[in-house]
Amino acid sequence: MAEEATVKIYRGDNESGEMVEYKIPLVPGMVVLDAVHTAQAMQAPDLAVRWNCKAGKCGSCSGEVNGKPKLMCMDRMDKYPDGEPITIRPMKSFRVLKDLACDVSWNYEVNKQIPAFKMQDTGGEEPKFSQEEADRVQEFRKCIECFLCQNVCHVLREHDKKEEFGGPRFFVRAAGLEMHPLDDENRLGLLKDELGLGYCNITKCCTEVCPESITITDNAIIPLKERVVDEFYDPVKKLLRIVFPK
Amino acid sequence: MDKYQTFEYDVIVVGAGGAGLRAAIEASAGGAKTALVCKSLLGKAHTVMAEGGVAAALHNVDTRDDWKVHFRDTMKGGKFLNQWRMAQLHAQEAPDRVRELEEWGAVFDRTKDGRMLQRNFGGHTYPRLAHVGDRTGLEMIRTLQDKGVHAGIDVHMECTIRSILKDGERVAGCFGYQRESGRFVVFRAKSVVLATGGIGRCWEITSNSWEYTADGHAMAMWAGADLIDMEFVQFHPTGMVWPPSVKGTLITEGVRGEGGVLLNSEGERFMFDNVPEMFQGDYAETQEEATQWVQEVIAGKQATVRRPPELLTRDVVARAIRKEVRAGRGSPHGGVFLDIASRRSAEEIKKKLPSMYHQFKELADVDITTDPMEVGPTCHYMMGGIRVDPETQQSTMPGLFAAGESAGGMHGSNRLGGNSLSDLLVFGKRAGEHAAKYASETNSIGEINADEVQRVAGESLKPFDDSDGENPYTVHEELRTVMQNLVGIVRTDEDLRSALGEFEELRERAAKVKVDGNIQFNPGWHLALDLKNMLDISEAVTRAALERTESRGGHTREDHPGSDDEWGKVNNIVRQTDSGIGVFREPLSEMPDELRQLLNSE
Ligand SMILES: Cc1cc2nc3c(=O)[nH]c(=O)nc-3n(C[C@H](O)[C@H](O)[C@H](O)COP(=O)(O)OP(=O)(O)OC[C@H]3O[C@@H](n4cnc5c(N)ncnc54)[C@H](O)[C@@H]3O)c2cc1C
Ligand code: SF4
Ligand code: SF4
Ligand code: FES
Repeated sequence: MAEEATVKIYRGDNESGEMVEYKIPLVPGMVVLDAVHTAQAMQAPDLAVRWNCKAGKCGSCSGEVNGKPKLMCMDRMDKYPDGEPITIRPMKSFRVLKDLACDVSWNYEVNKQIPAFKMQDTGGEEPKFSQEEADRVQEFRKCIECFLCQNVCHVLREHDKKEEFGGPRFFVRAAGLEMHPLDDENRLGLLKDELGLGYCNITKCCTEVCPESITITDNAIIPLKERVVDEFYDPVKKLLRIVFPK
Repeated sequence: MDKYQTFEYDVIVVGAGGAGLRAAIEASAGGAKTALVCKSLLGKAHTVMAEGGVAAALHNVDTRDDWKVHFRDTMKGGKFLNQWRMAQLHAQEAPDRVRELEEWGAVFDRTKDGRMLQRNFGGHTYPRLAHVGDRTGLEMIRTLQDKGVHAGIDVHMECTIRSILKDGERVAGCFGYQRESGRFVVFRAKSVVLATGGIGRCWEITSNSWEYTADGHAMAMWAGADLIDMEFVQFHPTGMVWPPSVKGTLITEGVRGEGGVLLNSEGERFMFDNVPEMFQGDYAETQEEATQWVQEVIAGKQATVRRPPELLTRDVVARAIRKEVRAGRGSPHGGVFLDIASRRSAEEIKKKLPSMYHQFKELADVDITTDPMEVGPTCHYMMGGIRVDPETQQSTMPGLFAAGESAGGMHGSNRLGGNSLSDLLVFGKRAGEHAAKYASETNSIGEINADEVQRVAGESLKPFDDSDGENPYTVHEELRTVMQNLVGIVRTDEDLRSALGEFEELRERAAKVKVDGNIQFNPGWHLALDLKNMLDISEAVTRAALERTESRGGHTREDHPGSDDEWGKVNNIVRQTDSGIGVFREPLSEMPDELRQLLNSE
């Protein structure tokens, strides 16, 4: 193992900034977040970076390492070739606040639009469902809100459709509610209109980056799209809606 | 005071972990205009990291369980120093609080008949921890967060509270800064709930994040409120020890709950030889008995034999590991071995402990389905905290409430695994409810003392003026080393006294640290400010530890190895006095006979 690594970290805000180079003494098992912390402790005490768990559980430390979206706390330094500098940038799809921290508040606003879980009437009985039913939604509930999927989805990254599109994270969240065996709410109209599910053209980029290995596209988005089609474009249902408006 | 942004609420909750969220939901439901303030983004608090489960006597898996057994286990785990009324309320109310989460959409793992599944954990007589694989905290915080989003609570994220503001003897609000802009903020409120979590960043090896800088503990003490049981710090027996990058990162007790065994370098299951007198007869005495227990439990049966000694309370297991390592029977990197590979199939391990599997594979190059893990103690949880009234969670200062890890008393000298997540729910709810009630019974909001605000603001900006001081990171590292070496798992009078000497020196250095850059999102500046909290609370822990000349639960004195009955009757109270941080003894309150009988029944 080399004794030292070179990292180039983005320093600046949304308007201007530069890549600053730091030499980092290597320690066995070091991850990219350790390198950032070492730079911070030794050379750049005001370097802004978010983290909490340092074990891939909280989704705070998202960034782009050598151009790839990553949780920096789970990204080993020894995976990168010796001697070549490693570049570390903030997520591209969000406004940079400072250095590696970006403004993710938009995500919290989207979340507010999604109606809460509504328990079915179980007639006072203890709610019961099987582990198989649980498995299906537990996949979605694993989401740690790292927003890496939001960061790579082209609808947000290239087209910046933050007004019309909720993004994969919130399709996952909606799926977790819609497929919950005890939920009694309907979020299909919201998904179709406000959250713009139709903009998704199933490129699967979100699934590829998800550190929790949630099969976002196949298991959340496609089934939701099917439900939206059934709900709004199924001729029988359409007729029923005209005859019995809600 | 126009220089500061000012907000006005009935109730302000500081901290958005399980305790703070649950408090805010309840306060808001009680009609109070409520705000929640937290240092990180919403949903990133420590609670998100909790793995193993939440303890509640639901008796879904073993019908012999009930609140009385849970109460007894909790008191025994805390070596009877717990505030008995808190332990009682906790055991009685935890099942309802957990079921309530399910009503709010939480999806726990299921039993075969479709109910919430419960797993075994150290010190719990029966399988009691409702869980979701090894990511229970995530499920809990997300459920509360989503509930809170629709409850009309204002959330101020990435905002650090620095001090409690007072009007005479009662609370008037709190003061802090926005992390991003660096701007100061004043929150006026009729009542304040502190739910700021723990203090683990005072130690070098810890499972705790940067947030655990003892803020709530320190602010309460500065404001004049009492702290209790500050000598009791939990070192979790199983932290990662290798590679250095992850030293201290937690390995859930769930590994042992699922059958994992502890081995020394000679391949011995040393826990069989480490059963303390108090627990004699409660644990399996042979390998066969322990194996049978695991098999019965896996098969979903009620156990007919005693549990493996690996599931003794954390204080006991941590000390036993330390002993093995000291005796030269440790693993290559100074821990011992935790083996699940030889006990469960690869498939089961991946299903039941997915994030442990992932964590070791990615960060330590160890496949836990084939190889043992190397583990050693890590500073994990603070039993001590703000002294509260068991029913209302009000501190000794009117209008100031506390809940969760920042509050003390519930766990006595040692906390059982799983009892924190349930504590957050039970006492978070109570704190929110009573904070709202207090606010509604208070006619006028307290006046803000502008001079005081001015003083704290000035003090906060001082590090920018010190052009030749040290780097705050250096001072912090040294404090952590002092605490690790002198105020760790095993303590002596001499070490504790020399720690006090070290604090003097570190205090002088901390007062002159310098920071670079400007006030925007500046971690160096934030750390410079946190040093004072950590130093004061480190001193509080050390002074309380020095006082208690016995060993009990999380507090072990090499120079006073046994438990002392007289010390078993008193709690240490820590209070800020004119002459510094003082420690006072307070007798335990009398326990009613019917509860006392529960402790004796078996
Ligand atoms: C890795 C790990 C695993 C665990 N597993 C379990 C388990 O399986 N079962 C169990 O019962 N317990 C477990 N615990 C313990 C349990 O998770 C914690 O004790 C509990 O989550 C603490 O909750 P809390 O609400 O008190 O505080 P936290 O969840 O830590 O929240 C504290 C909040 O206070 C905020 N805050 C702090 N200071 C300030 C300030 N100055 N200004 C503004 N905001 C502030 C923080 O930003 C945060 O929002 C585990 C702990 C760890 C570290
Ligand atoms: S699959 Fe859909 S949501 Fe995912 S990245 Fe592609 S367009 Fe975006
Ligand atoms: S779905 Fe996956 S990638 Fe998206 S926010 Fe959640 S954890 Fe991150
Ligand atoms: S710090 Fe929590 S995911 Fe990286």
